[in-house]
Amino acid sequence: MLFIPGNNPSMIQNSPFLGADSIILDLEDAVSLDEKDSARCLVRNALLSLDFNGCEKVVRINSISSGFGYDDIDAIARVKPDAFLIPKATEDDIEEIDSLISTIEREEGFKLGCIKLIPLIETAFGVEDVFNIIKSSKRIVAVLLGAEDLTADMGIKRTKEGEEIFYARSRIASVCAALKVDAIDTPFTDVNDFEGLRKDAEKAKLIGMSGKAAINPRQIDVINEVFSPSFDDINWAKRVIEAYEKAKMEGKGVFALDGKMVDAPILLRAKNIIEKAKAIGLIKG
Amino acid sequence: MKIVRPAKAGTMESNDIYIMVYPNENGNEIQLDSIVLKQFGNQIKKVIMDTLNELEVENALVVAKDRGALDYTIKARVETAIKRACE
Amino acid sequence: MINAVKREIPEFIEGYGKVKPFMGAYANIGDVVKTSVKIKSVKPNDKKVLPSIKDALLKCGIKDGMTISFHHHLRNGDYVLNMVLDEIAKLGIKNLTVAASSIFPCHAPLVEHIKNGVVTKIYANYMSGPVAEAVSKGLLKYPAIMHTHGGRARAIESGDLHIDIAFIAAPTCDTYGNINGVEGKSACGSLGYAIPDAMYAEKVVAITDNLVDYPACPIEISQEYVDYVVVVDEIGDPKGIVSGTTRITRDPIGLRIAKLAAQLIDEVGLLKDGFSFQTGAGGTSLAVAAFVKDIMKKKNIKGSFAAGGITGYIVDMFEEGLFKALFDVQCFDLKAVESYKNNKAHQGMSASMYGNPHNKGSVVNNLDVMILGATEVDIDFNVNVTTGSNGIIIGGSGGHSDTAAGAKLAIVVTQLTKARLPIIVDRVTTVTTPGETIDAVVTERGIAINPRRQDLLEKLKDSNLPIFTIEELKNMAEKLTGVPEKIEFEDRIVAVVEYRDGTVIDVVRQVR
Repeated sequence: MLFIPGNNPSMIQNSPFLGADSIILDLEDAVSLDEKDSARCLVRNALLSLDFNGCEKVVRINSISSGFGYDDIDAIARVKPDAFLIPKATEDDIEEIDSLISTIEREEGFKLGCIKLIPLIETAFGVEDVFNIIKSSKRIVAVLLGAEDLTADMGIKRTKEGEEIFYARSRIASVCAALKVDAIDTPFTDVNDFEGLRKDAEKAKLIGMSGKAAINPRQIDVINEVFSPSFDDINWAKRVIEAYEKAKMEGKGVFALDGKMVDAPILLRAKNIIEKAKAIGLIKG
Repeated sequence: MKIVRPAKAGTMESNDIYIMVYPNENGNEIQLDSIVLKQFGNQIKKVIMDTLNELEVENALVVAKDRGALDYTIKARVETAIKRACE
Repeated sequence: MINAVKREIPEFIEGYGKVKPFMGAYANIGDVVKTSVKIKSVKPNDKKVLPSIKDALLKCGIKDGMTISFHHHLRNGDYVLNMVLDEIAKLGIKNLTVAASSIFPCHAPLVEHIKNGVVTKIYANYMSGPVAEAVSKGLLKYPAIMHTHGGRARAIESGDLHIDIAFIAAPTCDTYGNINGVEGKSACGSLGYAIPDAMYAEKVVAITDNLVDYPACPIEISQEYVDYVVVVDEIGDPKGIVSGTTRITRDPIGLRIAKLAAQLIDEVGLLKDGFSFQTGAGGTSLAVAAFVKDIMKKKNIKGSFAAGGITGYIVDMFEEGLFKALFDVQCFDLKAVESYKNNKAHQGMSASMYGNPHNKGSVVNNLDVMILGATEVDIDFNVNVTTGSNGIIIGGSGGHSDTAAGAKLAIVVTQLTKARLPIIVDRVTTVTTPGETIDAVVTERGIAINPRRQDLLEKLKDSNLPIFTIEELKNMAEKLTGVPEKIEFEDRIVAVVEYRDGTVIDVVRQVR
């Protein structure tokens, strides 16, 4: 997921061609207070006219409490983004926003629930309450961890190694897995350190996060490499599916691959890998 | 909408357009400077005029300095400047 | 008459002569005759060093209507062309033809000489800045003739371009006229573009700011070609001659394009041992080299040669063992100059060896892959690098047409649009390089393969690369920007665009 400043036409129009899965058009931290109206109008018009090349269109609105959030939702929901990214998300915020969007969807004749929500977990309370936050709206498809604000909220130091956010990552990954939504990892802020980025992304993947946010287009390739299934994974998955198909044809309910029983969870993992590989274009879909 | 005071929107960055709006006596007027004036001058003026008409503005002088903005950007910057000029 | 790229060109052009229309990239190759050169022998005890440029001009018998030539190895730091023309103007000479291999913004004083009738005709492979604008506006009396690096060498060797006096800016020169470009405060490396001039001009004057005792080795241009030597304080500004280091682009769109181009090269099966490669010095082109380097290292590929204009980045690839040799017609930065001086397999090449279609085989003939730029590309794959879409001259082929004709895979890398201007259009404003020699266009939004290359399309049919038709790319561009209004031109021809074989591929008319 690539963050793009919402008041920058050059970056907005180029963003869909940088290899990211989702574009986050940012109306919040990337836009100064006196330009909030400008950015809102630009993003709105961009969503109406531009081809986003199949990328997910996400808009980070300003928080409800900031005063700009309501205008953002009103203006942007009506041009049907794929999702809103909600900063400093709380249960109450999410419920209120969900209901505002539902009203707009009805007014505009959109399919109810088509606009999704991604809460940004960037406070200690958010980390603790993430289960309830996700449960508070059916629109939630993913959660993004915001470690810079989180560590500020907790009064601790943010480091490249990320020991200080180990718990936050694990908790979010666990809750997301339990509630079947995506867990997206926090951005890596040193845009010149690609080794550090790779290590950080690998840590996040190991814990169970399914993607990572990028704050600079140059980070996209490394992030994609880390979170994509490897060739070995894909080949394994293909063999599992083949063995499954063969067993099905022969009327067998259970089957083995390489001397090991393949049961439902393993088959599911293989199918997910193939899905992901197709989606990224690693294999022809 | 009626223009009550000068206002501006946009930047001089590449792919953007810098719009300045002033109240005007005789209807709408556009002064355009663009890096693609020969190729797109008429199109840019059209988008600005269409946006003024959509917003029902009848007394604006729009001074525009274009650096290759696409139509959606021109529309957005004009909208923003007009709204700022009307508050 | 209509030529082979469907351009309307007259049969005769005032100030140029009878037009030989372009008939195809390989239509005009075969038996050729090299011209003979009239020279004045130098006897034992003759001295070549003269006290001033003025003396050299008088000794060479400078007259109205002559053709004088210059090379562009000092790029935008050159002082020599201006110095020589100033002296010529002071002598009251008029109606000169200037054959400069390239003209840069530093040559702005030439505009005055054009206005005053000192210079009435220009030959150049590339022009930018005030002189290019002046030519576009019709200030030059006769149409400028724009040819390619290889085509200029051809013209000189065949006699189509007869040079009366060649002025050779020499970073190092000895008292008998041996010249090299690797020593001296104005060192520029290879002097490839000056070699045809030295060999075929009637009179050759070396102008140097570093006169050394005889003999000066290595010898790039030999004493056997040089009539006189003049010493000046400075032949150029080192900051303008070579840049410190040339850099790969950091623009994410440029990097995206470069990555796609490298993947294309890999997928068509050209990245294997013996691979040969050339790229321009621009940021995106260099980025392609960077991605190609990654793939070569991963697959442990040993290339045969890299050619060009050589930059430090290519030198690095060579020194890391990725290429056996470098062919260098000009050095773009200090690292390249150093390497040219020190590495045996960093081989210089003359403009003729580089790209002359009428010799026994130029370096471009053995190129596997060439990375090219464009100001416009049309749906016939014709490329314009001569004029901007506003009709003003902003460049010229340089080696573009030569390398495109020779390379097995000629790839144009470009953004789909630049500041609201679509790069892919119905018809380019000016045809520099014909579409039959362009194999692929790579943009950030997709790749188009020339339908003439069914073999490439076949190899790519199972590819995950974003392959489109050129019309689809054009439509994508127009959908974004809108369709630009056409620039209007007068009838008057201000420049003739010659293909490398001397035929006329297009003309540039005066902008209204």
